[in-house]
Amino acid sequence: MTLATLTRPWAAMSYGFLDASAKREMRRKIIKAIAVPGCQMPYASREVPIARGWGTGGLQVTLTLIKPASVVKVIDQGADDSVNAASIRRFLSRVSGAAETWDTLEATILQSRHRIPEERLRDDQVLVLQVPNPEPLRPVQPNMSIARQMHADADYGRLWLVLYEQMVRSGRIVQGAAYPSLVNGRHVMTPSPIPRWDVPKLHMAHHLTLLSAGREKRLYAVPPFTRVEPLVFSDVPYQVEDHAGLTCHRSGLSGVFMNEIPQDSGGSVFEASDSNLGIKAIRQAEGEATKIGPMWYENGELRP
Amino acid sequence: MTVMERLAPQLVTGAPLLTMSGISRRFGAVVALEDVAATVWPGEVLGIVGESGSGKSTLLRMMNLEDTPDTGTYHLALPETPGNLFDLDRFARRQLCARRIGIVYQNPHLGLLMGHSSSGNVAERLLIAGERSFATLRAKAKGALEASEFPLTRMDDPPRQLSGGMQQRVQLAKAIALEPALLLLDEPTTGLDVSVQALVLDTLKRLQRDRAITMVIVSHDLGVIRTMADRVMVMRHGRVVEEGLVDQVFQDPQHPYTQELVHAKL
Repeated sequence: MTLATLTRPWAAMSYGFLDASAKREMRRKIIKAIAVPGCQMPYASREVPIARGWGTGGLQVTLTLIKPASVVKVIDQGADDSVNAASIRRFLSRVSGAAETWDTLEATILQSRHRIPEERLRDDQVLVLQVPNPEPLRPVQPNMSIARQMHADADYGRLWLVLYEQMVRSGRIVQGAAYPSLVNGRHVMTPSPIPRWDVPKLHMAHHLTLLSAGREKRLYAVPPFTRVEPLVFSDVPYQVEDHAGLTCHRSGLSGVFMNEIPQDSGGSVFEASDSNLGIKAIRQAEGEATKIGPMWYENGELRP
Repeated sequence: MTVMERLAPQLVTGAPLLTMSGISRRFGAVVALEDVAATVWPGEVLGIVGESGSGKSTLLRMMNLEDTPDTGTYHLALPETPGNLFDLDRFARRQLCARRIGIVYQNPHLGLLMGHSSSGNVAERLLIAGERSFATLRAKAKGALEASEFPLTRMDDPPRQLSGGMQQRVQLAKAIALEPALLLLDEPTTGLDVSVQALVLDTLKRLQRDRAITMVIVSHDLGVIRTMADRVMVMRHGRVVEEGLVDQVFQDPQHPYTQELVHAKL
């Protein structure tokens, strides 16, 4: 008997890039995060071959969840074809053998920055959000040790102070992204820099959402069918961006979240932020057989 | 009760609001407080004087439940707090402090969020107590700032842009926003120039008269105590050396240290 018969053949890396002990730790922390919705779990953020701040947190979660039968979609600012999204997606499929897709309906794991797709996610899909700053209390409490105590005490009164000052200064709430939200009536989380438009999509959602910050080494989760309530004043209702009346100049879509594109003339045109939805809409208009799934919003109103 | 009736001398017959007894606190070998007792009746102003390091600020911190003594008890005659307040857990202490006790520190950096607006600082207090209506927050913050004679044109400026006197007024507004049962003042006018000091004392005096707030005021300035307080406690080396009505203590000091203090001042 030789040593070679007892060991596996040499390979450049473990399956899914991360080694077994790293994945085991990630799995444990993911389970903990799901058990206590919205509570930040510290984890040992491993080195991955992209720079901190480019989605290392999300990437580590995805690398842990991935299997050969997975289908991955990676979104950066709503687009699948940006450099960052394309290279993360290619990396994921190279180290795991998983299939790549642009289509929200086909994907089993969706890693995203800034957006949640406009098509409704199903209970067999997992959304992984990359988070730059996981601490909602940072604007009001720069000391992280005290912030952790405030989380333990559910002492969130000060978060309304930020909203109060926005109301005083601008007459409305101007918090555009990372809107602090109460998860399951207990922990306030920052839902990563998704726009206000996307926060209601997390409320009682059918899918699992995992949020991970690689640089800050924190991981938290919104399990399926969990309450996610944005913080509001009792007399100032929560409002999403007023994009219902806008039409995408390329696909003709309306009632979805738009990107504003300034023009030479000084005006601007709008483009659907979820770029693959726009592509599907154009294909459908040209008579190709394309399936667009049920959407979260209809005419700017969230469907129940 | 009219203002004149309130001003008239009254015989205190009710139960005290604040009762502290047997308070001792050591920091290593340093004795900060040694068997201190204090009693404050509703509507009364208690002054605490003493030299630096006499334990007066430590005692005030304990009244605000920021510190726990080695031995001693603390009772407030409030419906929700029947027992010794030092036995409360962190959460209950915070609730009690936010709702029932107001404090003005000598250093406004301790009591205020310097980067947030002044009205926001007052609103924070209400937010911690659970107020969630923007209109109410705004109105109450404005009312409290008005009561502490803060210029309303500057109510949305951050305290770091305000003068020392105005910062103290913001602290005061924050402290009285929830109509506390007990208002603690830690050297509220130290570091202000004499004219501003007089104005701030004036505001405090008027508030005391209008609302009959129970106050404990710590100062090393006998003038402040003489203006504000009804009764005075003289502290030295962590002990209370003399206690009595302000006029009585300052006119006829019994303890050698009090005599020294009064003569040094006058």
